[in-house]
This record gives sequence, structure tokens and C-alpha cells, in this order.
Amino acid sequence: MTRSEVIKDLKKRFDEDILDIFDKTLTRVYIEIKPQAIVKVATYVFKNLGARFNIASGVDTFKHIEILYHFTFEDINLVVSFRVKLDKSKLEIDSLAPIFEGANWIEREIAEMLGVNFRGHPELKRLLLPDEWPQGVYPLRRDYQEWDDSSIRDRGL
Amino acid sequence: MGKRTIVPIGPYHPLQEEPEFFSLTVDGETVVDIDVQIGYNHRGIEKLSERKTFDQSTFVIERICGICSTSHPYAYTRAVEDVIPLEVPMRAKYIRTIIAEGERIHSHLLWLGLAGHFLGYNTVYMWAWKLREEILDVMEALSGNRNNYAMFKPGGVRRDIKKEDIPFAIKKIDSIIPTLEMLKKAVIDDPVLHARTKGIGILTKDEAINFCALGPVSRASGVARDLRKNSPYGAYDQFNWNMIVTKNGDVFDKAVVRILETFESIDMVKYCLLNLPDTEIDAKIKSIPSGEGIGHIEAPRGECFHYVKSDGTNRPARHKVRAPTFMNLPTYKATVVGETISDATIILASIDPCYCCTERVAVRNTKGKKIYNGEDLVRLSQSKTEKIKSKLGIK
Repeated sequence: MTRSEVIKDLKKRFDEDILDIFDKTLTRVYIEIKPQAIVKVATYVFKNLGARFNIASGVDTFKHIEILYHFTFEDINLVVSFRVKLDKSKLEIDSLAPIFEGANWIEREIAEMLGVNFRGHPELKRLLLPDEWPQGVYPLRRDYQEWDDSSIRDRGL
Repeated sequence: MGKRTIVPIGPYHPLQEEPEFFSLTVDGETVVDIDVQIGYNHRGIEKLSERKTFDQSTFVIERICGICSTSHPYAYTRAVEDVIPLEVPMRAKYIRTIIAEGERIHSHLLWLGLAGHFLGYNTVYMWAWKLREEILDVMEALSGNRNNYAMFKPGGVRRDIKKEDIPFAIKKIDSIIPTLEMLKKAVIDDPVLHARTKGIGILTKDEAINFCALGPVSRASGVARDLRKNSPYGAYDQFNWNMIVTKNGDVFDKAVVRILETFESIDMVKYCLLNLPDTEIDAKIKSIPSGEGIGHIEAPRGECFHYVKSDGTNRPARHKVRAPTFMNLPTYKATVVGETISDATIILASIDPCYCCTERVAVRNTKGKKIYNGEDLVRLSQSKTEKIKSKLGIK
């Protein structure tokens, strides 16, 4: 499968789910999809097209929380990033961890760093932050406030 | 079913960017379940990077890890160059390849030494680390530093490689080849090492794909994935080299992949040093527009992936770092369950070259009373080697 065939195939198969396609360079494509379609798209890309899941990266863009799911097509040197925009009032999306293990840790990370709830994740517990970190404080949000007065930076060290 | 006990491994260990805590549930001597906890030393690099300029970030992320100190800046500079988008000059690509491959040689040798040490095979440990010193000398001559080379910047490299340093580097690299050959024979033909590592900690091909692992971990399982081949960057498409793939997925195959890769890397470094093109070393970036970029490279341990979002200012608006271990470490769960406790350390070692946490191992019974410490486990492992040796009739 060539690069244009992959894009055409995705366009045809998920026509009503795709909101926008941004063809950046020869090796990068960004596709914005509806949040409820992510399981369908990821399953097809991972199982049928044999792409490898690199990682997901979450971004706080003030209005939304964006999650980019990066998939690499090894044979044709193409990175396809599926972008979903989640409304800040209802931060929920279906989990990819039941489909493939590789999504397990990164979803836990995004959940604690940006406060996104992944529905159907097998063990959505804390991965990186310490146990005494308060509930509902998300360090990678734009409106994050320092909550710990005794942290090293505040002591002037 | 016998009485189950919990074996805590960790959390602190000095060789890795992230101290980890493994709690192994054991039934007798067999591991039946595992829980991995990380984040004991979370330093907020992603947040820190948002407060630095694009140039300063290169130095911050170089300090994520002392051993992969080139991989992170390499992936990051590629991500920044992808925002613009921009091609770096050929000479810069060659110099980047030299530094990245030099790092792979010393990283694999470091891993090999530690693996030998924890199998109770200290000869391998000493030879491998002695060889590593030679390659560190080469890196010092070329970049000025033995580690944390600070050679990368968005758009090119910071320093040129001088013509008069090249003969010294070639001589040093040539001098390690005979010893490395000897070491390869010692490891690949040794019956004790076979008995300790073959058929142990097997990661099947399906599991490697399911866990999205990359690097020697997946190539040992027969998954022919290597970013240097699949999505060529740097100078990797300028010369011929072999991707090392084996099919068994056990500890032995992971060692074989790493040793054979070291030879490939030596050839690459030599080729690049001898064929340095005569161009600029820096594309001289004026400004970085708003947009987003992805940079990924093949680090010694696996894939290093950086995502940079720029909003038109001189700082990254978002910088996501994915270290190789982040995706490879979960495979420990698939490989260690069903194995014995004395093999747990070498299986962990086979996934990730950093496993000094074994120093902190303690086996407790369910009431929390301490029975074994790290030294005891090393002793257990060594006595297993002795047992196998006497069974095989080797002194």
C-alpha cells in the first residue's frame, strides 16, 4: 500500500468520522476525527493495516483538550496522527488499551496529567505522579496552579 | 498451589532516568504476577521544556538520560525541523550519525557488561566495560565530552569534526574490533550462557507487536522493524548496513542482536568518518513558525519519539517526550510470568539495559519479615550458574 492509497482508503472507510485532513509533509499526515470513532479507526489501522502505535500526546489548547494518536506505517515511512478534540466540560473518550497493550501506560499518563477519563481502561490508576498528589489537579493543564508550598522551586533552591 | 509471596524490586536505581518499583508475586520460586510502578523521580521535563527557548530545550532534554544522551536531542531537533519543515546539510547529517552510532556502541557494551555481571560472569563484564572506555575516548576526541555531547541543535550540529581527529578515532575504533570478536565468541559459544539465557523470558512476535515494542527487544522476537531502515534519517540511507533480526525472542537472542548491532555501528561510524561531505554544518534557522512536528529516531534501546507544538513564539507550546523504555518496559509482564525468581533479574535486564534496581531487591514473606536482599539474589543467581556448570561438566 502506498501513501496515497492509505489516505484514500481511510477517507473512504471513515468518511463520516473524518473532520479534517492536513497533509503536512511527505511523511506526516494529521487527520482529525470524531472522538467517538477512535476505537473503530484505531482497530482498523492497527489490526488491518498493520501500523505500529507510537504514542499519544495530549495538548491543552485552552478551548479543548486535544489528543493525538500517532501511528507509524513502517513499510512506507508514514506517520499518521489522529487528532481528537475533547470538550473541556466532558473529558471522556473510549480506551484503546483493550485492543492493544501498547496504549495502556500512555492512557494512564494522559489521565493523570490532563484529566481525561478513558472509558473501559482495564486499570486506570496513577502512573507517574506521587500518591500525595491531590485529586483533580492536572499539571499539564494551562490553568495549573502550584499546590504544594513546600516544593523545591518555592523554597528558592 | 503453594504460599504466594511478594518480591519488591526497586524503587531507586542509579542508571535509569526513571526509578521503578516492581512487585513480583511468587509462588515458591515461580513468578505468577507482576505490578510495575514508575514515576518516583518524575522531573517534569515536558513542563520545564515549555519554559525554555527552542535552543535551551536541547540541553534540558539531553539530561533526561545520561546513556541515551544523544537520542533525545536527536529526536527533538528532528521534531523542530519538522515544524518548519527543513532539511539539514549533509555534513551535519553525517556528524549526527557518527555521534548517534558511537552512542549505540557504548550503550550496547554497557548493557552487555551489566548482563554478564548479573549472570555471575564477571569476565564479560570487565571486558565489555574496558572496550566501552575506548569508544568513550573516541567520543571525547570528537565532541569534547565522554557523555552528554551537546552536539545537536535545531538545524544542524553545534561543532564540526576536525580533520586531524579522524585518524585517532579510526585507530581507536579499529583497536576494539579484535577484542569484540573474542567477546562475541565468548558469549555466543559459551554453554553456561546458553543454559542461563536460552529459552528464558520469551517475548513472542505477536506480543512484541501487541505491546508496540521497538528496538532490540522487538527485533529479537522476529519483528523486522528498525527506524533507521524504515524511515531513514541522518546518513543511514547513504551506505549499506544490515538490520539484525533473530526469531526466538529469549534473553540470548536479545544479547545476540545487541552484539551484532555493535559491529554494524562500528562500520557505520568508520564509513561516516572517512566520507564526511564538505558542506555547511548548520542550516541557520531564523525563526520557527507556528505548527506542530514529530521527530522519531532509533535509540539504542528502542524508539525515541518527540512531539513539538509551536505557537510562533520562541518557546515550545507543548513538548511530548516518549522514551524508549516507556513502551518496552510493559513487555516485562509478558516475559517474566512463569519464570523462576533467579531469572527475573536477567529478564528485566534483557528488556532494558538499566537494571541496577536489583541492588535493592528484597524478598519478604507475607508478614513483611525480610529473608533475602540483593546480594542474596545475586548469590542465588550465581549458584544456579554453578549448578548448571557442574551439570554440563565445565570448570
